[in-house]
Formats: sequence, C-alpha cells, structure tokens
Amino acid sequence: MTSAARMAVFTMALAGLVVALLWAFGALAPVGDVAGAYGQLLNRVATNERNATDVVTAVNFDYRGFDTLGEEFILFASVAGVAMILRPSRRQRFTREQRDAVEHLPGRARYPTSNAVRLMALAMIGLDVVFGIDIVVHGQLTPGGGFQGGVILASAPLLAYLGGDVPTLRRIAPRPLVAMAEGIGAACFVVIGLVGLLAGAAFLENVVPLGPRPPGVLSSGTIALVSLATGLEVSAGFVLLLLTFVEESLQRTSKGEAGGSP
Amino acid sequence: MSVASVVAHAPYAVAVWLLGWGLYGLVSSRHLVHLVLCLGVVQTSTYVLLTAIGCVGGGVAPVFVPGVDPSVRAVDPVVQAMMLTDVVVEATVVAMLLALVVRVHERTGKLGPDELQALRG
Repeated sequence: MTSAARMAVFTMALAGLVVALLWAFGALAPVGDVAGAYGQLLNRVATNERNATDVVTAVNFDYRGFDTLGEEFILFASVAGVAMILRPSRRQRFTREQRDAVEHLPGRARYPTSNAVRLMALAMIGLDVVFGIDIVVHGQLTPGGGFQGGVILASAPLLAYLGGDVPTLRRIAPRPLVAMAEGIGAACFVVIGLVGLLAGAAFLENVVPLGPRPPGVLSSGTIALVSLATGLEVSAGFVLLLLTFVEESLQRTSKGEAGGSP
Repeated sequence: MSVASVVAHAPYAVAVWLLGWGLYGLVSSRHLVHLVLCLGVVQTSTYVLLTAIGCVGGGVAPVFVPGVDPSVRAVDPVVQAMMLTDVVVEATVVAMLLALVVRVHERTGKLGPDELQALRG
C-alpha cells in the first residue's frame, strides 16, 4: 500500500474513532460527578482498616496489591528486556579517549564539565537521596511510596554521572550490585505476598501487625514493607537502564560509530 | 449541548485529542524514535482520562491525616493508584522500545519505519 493510500484509510478510521469516542464521552456524567462507588468506599474505610493515611498507597500495595505486582513485573521484564537487547557482545575495557568520545559529539568543542555543574550535582545528590528515602518510607502516610521515591532515588547516580564521568557512575553503582538489588526488590514483593499465604490468609493479605495509632512510619503492616520493596526495585531498575544505555554507547564508540552522521 | 456541559466534558475531549494525535503520529511517522514517543503520547491520553474519571467536584486529596474526617468528599484513589504505577511502567517500556531502535539502527543503518519492510533471516 502506498503511503498516501495508507494515510487516507487511516484518516477515515481515525475520524470515525474520534466521533464515536466524543459521542460516548458526551453521554458520560460531567467531570467531577462520577464518584465511583469503590473508590468512595475505600476512602471511608481504608484509613481505619489499614492504619494508613494515604489511601492511594493503600490501594496500590494492599487492596489492589496483586494488580500492582503485575505492573511491577512489566517494569521488571522491560528492564530485563533492555539489558538483554543491549547486552555487550564482549567484555572490554575502554580507554579515556573512547569514553570521551561518548560524551562529546565529534567536531564539537570539548569543554570540561564546569565546576558549577559539578558542585550543583554534588550538592543535589545528598538532597536527592534523603528526599527519595523520605518519599519511600512515608508512602503510607503522605502522597508518595515506592514507585515515586524509587524514581527519585534513581536520579542520584544520574547526578553523579552528570557531575562526573562513566567511571564515577560505575563506582557508585556497580552493575552486579544494581542487578541484584532489582531482583531482591521484585522478590521481596512476592515473598511478602507469600507470608499472607503462610499465615493462612490470602496472597498479599495484610497479616502483619498494623502498628501504633495514629499512623506513623512503622504502621500499615505490609503496605510499608511492599512500598520499601517496590522502592528498591524501581530505583535499581532505572539505574540499570542508565548503566545499560551508557555501556551501549561505549560499545558503539569503540567500534568507531561515535555519534553517527549529524 | 450547552456551553456548561461542553466545559464539564472538556477533559474527556482532551483525552480524545491526545489519543487522536498520538495515533496520527504513529501512522505517519518517518522516524522510529518519533514513533516510540508517539506511543507515549497515546498513553498520556489514558492518564488524562483516568484523572478525569476520578475527579470528584469539591473533593480533597484522598489523604486522611489525623484531623481530616474520612467521610469528607475526596477524589477517587483507585484510578490515581492505577495511573501512578502506569507512569513509571511506561517509562521503562519506552526505554525498551528505544533499545530496540538502537539495535535496528545498528543492524540496518536505517531509522524509517517504511524502510524496514524486507524480511531478512
């Protein structure tokens, strides 16, 4: 099919889809009036039932925990996919020139990373780690949790890379350690679920004591634990993505394809 | 439809708008990186739709710290939970698709979806 014919067919199909969707959405209740019964029920009971003040996290890691487990395995599989697709053909060490070529396009003036950037990155790393941990451990109390905090934590090695270079990145985030952390995070989620089964309840049922009231960092039982496991998995997964893409550019540079044609 | 009704349904229209342009981008794309990012645009339409459905007029955030009565009007936590996992998962899925693009470019030297029609063993 020629590209013009394809576009003609597609445009007609898209117009039909858009009209149908607009018609369907027009018949829905106006935004703000929907109030799903399930969500409203959870809002009323979750805080007391699970000793967690953030109902979104309670839904994520408890009421719909099994669903989140599936989501997390999509994440795990994608990261594993990236690592497999971009796996290096062979182990090799890179010279300083090769590393340099990754970080600078050919023909472009090479400025060393400015001290302002290095200082900013250094100052931000500490704040970033503290902020990330804060978001992970308070997931059951305030907006946040393992997913959000994990991504924040993952930007710490990225900042180190920004202010430093590839060896710095490798030193603070060695690949085997990061890969292991990702696996442990994913496994912990499943193990916490199995604890429910061992206790004679359902998979991922909240069987751990709910902790002191009013809720604090230690309350909400499995919600806090699953949040920690997710935080570990998400942060390690994102760091593994960063490491894999950096390694891959190094590989390509060493084959003499740095930057490609502009 | 009255003006008020159109305004009250506007977020749904935004979701349809994003879906439509994302699909258009996917089909008309001439560059694989562009194609992957268009898929991201399609996915953003689901975020808009989910937040719109979960919105409760005059509702507070579903965070009931001591002092906030759990029976107060609050927005739907279920759709928010779905959306936040999806945002993170989408980022990794996009990363995987971009990794495929890197490999395709390495193998064939091409980046146009239309240039990749021949099957090769």
